[in-house]
Amino acid sequence: MIVFILAILLFLIGLYGVLVKRNLIKIIIGLMIMEYAVNLFFTLVGFREGGTAPIFSEGLSDNVFFVDPLPQALVLTAIVIGLGTTALMVSIAVRIYEKYDTLDVRKIRKLRG
Amino acid sequence: MSLLPLFVIVPLGAAFVTPIFSKFWKGFSDWWGNLASAFLMVLSLWCLRFSTETIVYYAGGWEPVDGIPVGIAMVMDGLTVLMLIIINVIAFLVTLYSVNFLKNYTDRGKYYTLFLLMLAGLNGVVLSGDMFNLFVFLEIAAIATYALVAFGVEAESLEASFKYQVLGGAASITILLGIAFFYHLTGTLNMADASRLFADMGPSPAVIFTGILFLVGFSLKAGLMPFHAWLPDAYPSAPASISAMLAGVGSKVLGVYALIRIFFNVFGMTVMPSLLTIFLVLGTLSMAVGAFLALGQKDFKRLLAYSSISQIGYCIFAFGLGTPLGILGGLFHLLNHSVFKSLLFFNSGAVVYATGKRNLESMGGLSQRMPVTGTTSLVGSLSVSGIPPLGGFWSKLIIIYAAVESGHHILAGVAILVSIVTLGYYMKVQKLAFFGPLAAAYQKVKEVPAFMCISMVVLALLSLGLGLLLLPQLREVILDPAVKVVEQGMGYAEMVLGG
Amino acid sequence: MRGMTLIVKSITQLMAPSILLLGIYIVMHGHLTPGGGFAGGILIAGCFVLIVLAYGSEEAKSEVRKWRATFSESFGIFLFWFLALLGLIQGTYFFYNIIAKVNTGQPYHLFSAGIIPLCNIAIGIEVGAALFAIFITLVVFKVEENL
Repeated sequence: MIVFILAILLFLIGLYGVLVKRNLIKIIIGLMIMEYAVNLFFTLVGFREGGTAPIFSEGLSDNVFFVDPLPQALVLTAIVIGLGTTALMVSIAVRIYEKYDTLDVRKIRKLRG
Repeated sequence: MSLLPLFVIVPLGAAFVTPIFSKFWKGFSDWWGNLASAFLMVLSLWCLRFSTETIVYYAGGWEPVDGIPVGIAMVMDGLTVLMLIIINVIAFLVTLYSVNFLKNYTDRGKYYTLFLLMLAGLNGVVLSGDMFNLFVFLEIAAIATYALVAFGVEAESLEASFKYQVLGGAASITILLGIAFFYHLTGTLNMADASRLFADMGPSPAVIFTGILFLVGFSLKAGLMPFHAWLPDAYPSAPASISAMLAGVGSKVLGVYALIRIFFNVFGMTVMPSLLTIFLVLGTLSMAVGAFLALGQKDFKRLLAYSSISQIGYCIFAFGLGTPLGILGGLFHLLNHSVFKSLLFFNSGAVVYATGKRNLESMGGLSQRMPVTGTTSLVGSLSVSGIPPLGGFWSKLIIIYAAVESGHHILAGVAILVSIVTLGYYMKVQKLAFFGPLAAAYQKVKEVPAFMCISMVVLALLSLGLGLLLLPQLREVILDPAVKVVEQGMGYAEMVLGG
Repeated sequence: MRGMTLIVKSITQLMAPSILLLGIYIVMHGHLTPGGGFAGGILIAGCFVLIVLAYGSEEAKSEVRKWRATFSESFGIFLFWFLALLGLIQGTYFFYNIIAKVNTGQPYHLFSAGIIPLCNIAIGIEVGAALFAIFITLVVFKVEENL
């Protein structure tokens, strides 16, 4: 139970980073922390007491108790999705720096209304 | 029935081949992109013959064991066929339009690659019968969209794309957290199986929290009112063909379709009365505030973006009424809005192509030199405002009638008022941009090239003729199966698993 | 970006092949041990990124060709798409494990589990090439404009 609360706390730390920080790179890092927190939470959902890693290998006894393998497969996909999103955001941030000469969010405001 | 994976396989394969060959042969990506989207359009119109039955396809051949699905399911029912037609027809018209429109942009190969990836993602979202599969295809479409909004790399496009990415990324993470809770509650990811399990659970706080997470995530993708902040920046900064695809298809599939599928079919009765109230509130707020904010805009595409918020508010308002007539009105308005909003974005793209400007106050009298653009934009504007006998009139009539019939008289009055305001600002656009004396700087503008004209004329004809969809023969094939799927709610489980 | 000192360059020359070998091992044994295409692909990309970091971007510009990275990436993902399509061509389902239905192989050995090791190899090539392409586009071939 306490580990779930800690994972949600990590999510809230990332959310604080996205909302409060002014540097573009810090906003990106805050979003990454949010993603990792949700992936961690999802893996923890699949935990079963007394289970081992869900891989069949030689010499395993017949009635062995596994943890749930489905969240682990889904989190693998979600990590790769997070990688793609982060890579795209970082390249856009690099181009914004070339055009605006600053990374401060309060100064990048050409669109309003 | 192996037609179902083709909707995802064909655009994915085409997208992977395009970067290699477009380096050798310059015109390759145009031909290839148009061929792929034309094939998908024909395939989706062919699927109309299956619209009344539910087809389930298990990828990898993993059939259900003891009635419990263990594989990834792709499901095609009436609602899916309607959304597939919307996606693929408008995608074909957008690729046709892009052949001429991309003259000012540098890299066509990358544009078509990203566009085909987005098309594969959108098709995958409507075809998936599995919660995590929906999320993966949603992310594929969303990442392609982030890159396409920043395609013309000026300063404003980059800023708009970054803002869109932060907000869209936060929404996707919220949806993933909702899926984690969903899996913990039901132990399965298949939507039909979870629908059966939710019917036995009552409205416990965990179910309500999961519902709120999904509501926040998908409302942000749809652009409903408290979560709309990315929309007025992203739609103007994208190239006009991508704005047409985003506004006409993207916000509907990624937002409204996912909301309907999850809340009406999967959660169903457990969240029902309060959910309809939430939809009514969000819909009315989006309708009213979107229309009033659009009144003061001077930028053509920004005005169209606020108008999109307002019209999506109409659709969600119609779904919040809860009656079958309301659902019919909502789905029909969804179809109408795809057609005329894409048409209006095409017109704005034609104006930018010819004159290079988007500011309404500096244009004037363009319809003397650009007759096709002027006429089609008049048709589109009248259809949005709800003037008979164009398509928009019929769908708004059904929505307002359904609102009066279910007792929400004040909200029906608000809907009529918003429609009059819509007519007001679209007539302002027409007067400032197309009618009136021709400004001196624009004496030499010409009509836009052939492919762009063809796309605009086809969409104008469709928006003139969409009122005919209410005739019984056409309605039974296209609209009624979709209404039946949404209306039967948790009967979705029997259709998918029993049949 | 300048290169690093001589010690770093020598150690990189010794270590980079081992890292590449470890990555290939994780990709190939994806159906027996944890890992698979994604994790192994990232290690493969890590090997190339290490070499570029140690020698500096000036030397890298003359040796690295961007079209090789993007071509390998497209080739890898196209191979994966084609493997998934083989089931559909043969008349059964999409993503069907056609090799395993014909010849299962011995469990817990390297040649088993049908189509899965081939898919892992395709994904390994694709992820490695994609990450390397992102790195060299942002770092080595960045465009300096004065606006």
